Amino acid sequence: MRFFSAVYGWVGERLNLTPLVDLIKKKSVPAHRHSLWYYTGGMTLFFFAVQVATGILLLLYYRPTAEAAYESVQFIMTEVKFGWLVRSLHSWSANLMIGALFVHMFSAFFMKAYRKPRELTWFSGAFILFLALAFGFSGYLLPWNKLAYFATKVGTDIAGEVPLLGHSVMVFLRGGEEVSGATLTRFFGFHVAILPATATFVLLLHLLLVQVQGMSVPPALEKNPNRKSIPFFPHFILRDLLGWLLALLLLVVLASIFPWELGEKADPLAPAPAGIRPEWYFLFMFQTLKLLPAEIWFVPGELVGALAFAVGGLLWVLIPLLDKNPTGRWGHWVSRLGWVVVAYMVAFTILGYLWPAGK
Amino acid sequence: MSRRVRIAGKVSQMALVLVGILVFRAEADDTCLECHLQLEDNLQAPALQIKTDVHYQRGISCAGCHGGDPAEVDPESSMSPSKGFVGTPKPQQIPSFCARCHSDVEYMKHYNPKLPTDQLAQYKTSVHGKRLTKGDTQVATCISCHGAHGILRASDTRSPVFKTNIPKTCSSCHADQKRMAPYKISTSQYNDYLQSVHGKLLLEKKELSAAACTDCHGNHGASPPGLSDVAGACGECHPSNRDLFEKSPHKEPFQKARLPQCVVCHGNHKVLPPSDEFLGVSEEAVCVRCHRPGSKGYEISASFKTLLDSLKAVTEEARQLVKKAEVAGVKVGLTKFDLKACEDAIVRSRSELHSFILTDFRTLVQDGMAKAKRVKQASLVSLEDLEIRRKGLIFSAALILLLCVTLWIKIRKLDSRKENP
Repeated sequence: MRFFSAVYGWVGERLNLTPLVDLIKKKSVPAHRHSLWYYTGGMTLFFFAVQVATGILLLLYYRPTAEAAYESVQFIMTEVKFGWLVRSLHSWSANLMIGALFVHMFSAFFMKAYRKPRELTWFSGAFILFLALAFGFSGYLLPWNKLAYFATKVGTDIAGEVPLLGHSVMVFLRGGEEVSGATLTRFFGFHVAILPATATFVLLLHLLLVQVQGMSVPPALEKNPNRKSIPFFPHFILRDLLGWLLALLLLVVLASIFPWELGEKADPLAPAPAGIRPEWYFLFMFQTLKLLPAEIWFVPGELVGALAFAVGGLLWVLIPLLDKNPTGRWGHWVSRLGWVVVAYMVAFTILGYLWPAGK
Repeated sequence: MSRRVRIAGKVSQMALVLVGILVFRAEADDTCLECHLQLEDNLQAPALQIKTDVHYQRGISCAGCHGGDPAEVDPESSMSPSKGFVGTPKPQQIPSFCARCHSDVEYMKHYNPKLPTDQLAQYKTSVHGKRLTKGDTQVATCISCHGAHGILRASDTRSPVFKTNIPKTCSSCHADQKRMAPYKISTSQYNDYLQSVHGKLLLEKKELSAAACTDCHGNHGASPPGLSDVAGACGECHPSNRDLFEKSPHKEPFQKARLPQCVVCHGNHKVLPPSDEFLGVSEEAVCVRCHRPGSKGYEISASFKTLLDSLKAVTEEARQLVKKAEVAGVKVGLTKFDLKACEDAIVRSRSELHSFILTDFRTLVQDGMAKAKRVKQASLVSLEDLEIRRKGLIFSAALILLLCVTLWIKIRKLDSRKENP
């Protein structure tokens, strides 16, 4: 402790830490029966930190070409000390981060945390979710294995269905007409440069907004005069730390029970394996598109589906502007609609896994 | 425009005119072509076809084969026997007609030193040649396969004697029932060949090393291989199997029974892709065509099949384990090369079969099985890494859980201190 006091003293002599320390001492966080959901944000942040750390380690050996990508991941998993662990953690943490993001987003939605004055926090959070999905989509291809190859092909095919710009978007994503080494190289570029830079900026903005505006309290509890709170330090921080540890525990348990596999190397000339499906977080959309008829009226079914998801996603992002009176009648309907969305996503994801291969 | 450029332009124009005059003269000099191009149908066709002919392109025109004087404008004079005009050769004359040049070693050297000059000698030994000598003019001569005018190099993909075109060329006569009726020979060869492993390789996959008709029957000396020559013909491409068959216990009895060696099990024109089911005592097996139940041969056939199946089964198990390890992302390393050696052992065993010596075969199979078992063992050791990793992670999870519990106790203590300051 004397060492830490000495360091604190040394820094304090050079920088005035008193306002910061006072702020931390004074800062409190609301405590109520729903405050457990506050920790989902911290858990998401923790997974993001794991992604950054393990991603940097993978970057030391990964080679982003069609000829060498699979072999380099194989090398990481078999030759590099604890490379298998780093890769398994990176893959599992990616999935858990998106899972935590969904939980965090829905908890914010049902607690009406998007209401004035926190609209910007909601917008930045929604943007982070889209970035995370883009991280997942681009990262899935990087090991250049069979499943990843064909999932990317299907995913970019869907993008190509969109009228007017669809084909250009598909060509831009693929770096040509087909999924090839060019696709891998640009997905790598998105995954390790463009997306991290954007995500870091938006994430900092999101955290800043949370710190400036404080935690949102659900409307039903907001007016309670006996509302409780806990000190930010150390009570909330320790709880957050516990959340991180639980997240790490979950990560380690999953990585040990289901070690992330390498798969078979992609062969663009081979036929697509039966039962090809994207990662779980895209599955509800994929399954919906699969179940749509080939043509709805005279428009291709997939196109109708893709457009419906685009409109639905936009409406979801714009919820703070649409739900002007969250505690009123309309606000209740919005919440009910949210439950329908959750039920639909869960049901179609399960259906996607249960759906027989090749149908 | 500078003066120098203008002069260069004039010189180019003059050169073009000069080339035009020379070309025109060359055409005009060959009165055979000049006249025959004016004619119709059969008399015009040779003149049209000859433009692509390999002989014509090397400077040998109509008179090179038919004689006469191509400089004479008067047909009577240009096609006069006194000028060496021989006209159209009769079918019996064709081989020696072509051989005037093609059997002349010195002459042929000027054109293609690599080209053999024994075609006529070969032809005389062929069934076609022998029958022609006896006066049968329906048999194939040089022009039946190579064409008369517009002859292309054999290496030209458009040539009727290019490898992939040979089956069709031979079938133009040999699949013609009416034409083959007097000879009382089958006309099913072409259809059989299309279904054969050789036919599929050559015609569908364009694999030029696959056997066509001429690889077994010869080309200019075409004849059916004798009963004892079959292994020789097949052995040109399958030497290992031929050598094994030569020392096999089948060799002598086959010879005595006048059985056509390889053809007995594999067929001739319809050589189907070899299958392991050929072996053994099942209904599909070829062994049971001769070896009856209860005989020694029958038992040996069954033993061959059992041994081969065992090797395949162990190798498959090894392959699955290697794949499992590789897909799981554990170190496989040299095990994959060892697995290749097991797969090679299957291939070698399939070949070794042709010796029909059970002891040799068993040794080879056992060697392969030992390798496959080593591969299995090595893969299992690799897969154990997964367990080690798993145990390590479970240990880490236990530590993290302990840390969680400790932290929870600390939080509880803090909370109780806050509630009871």
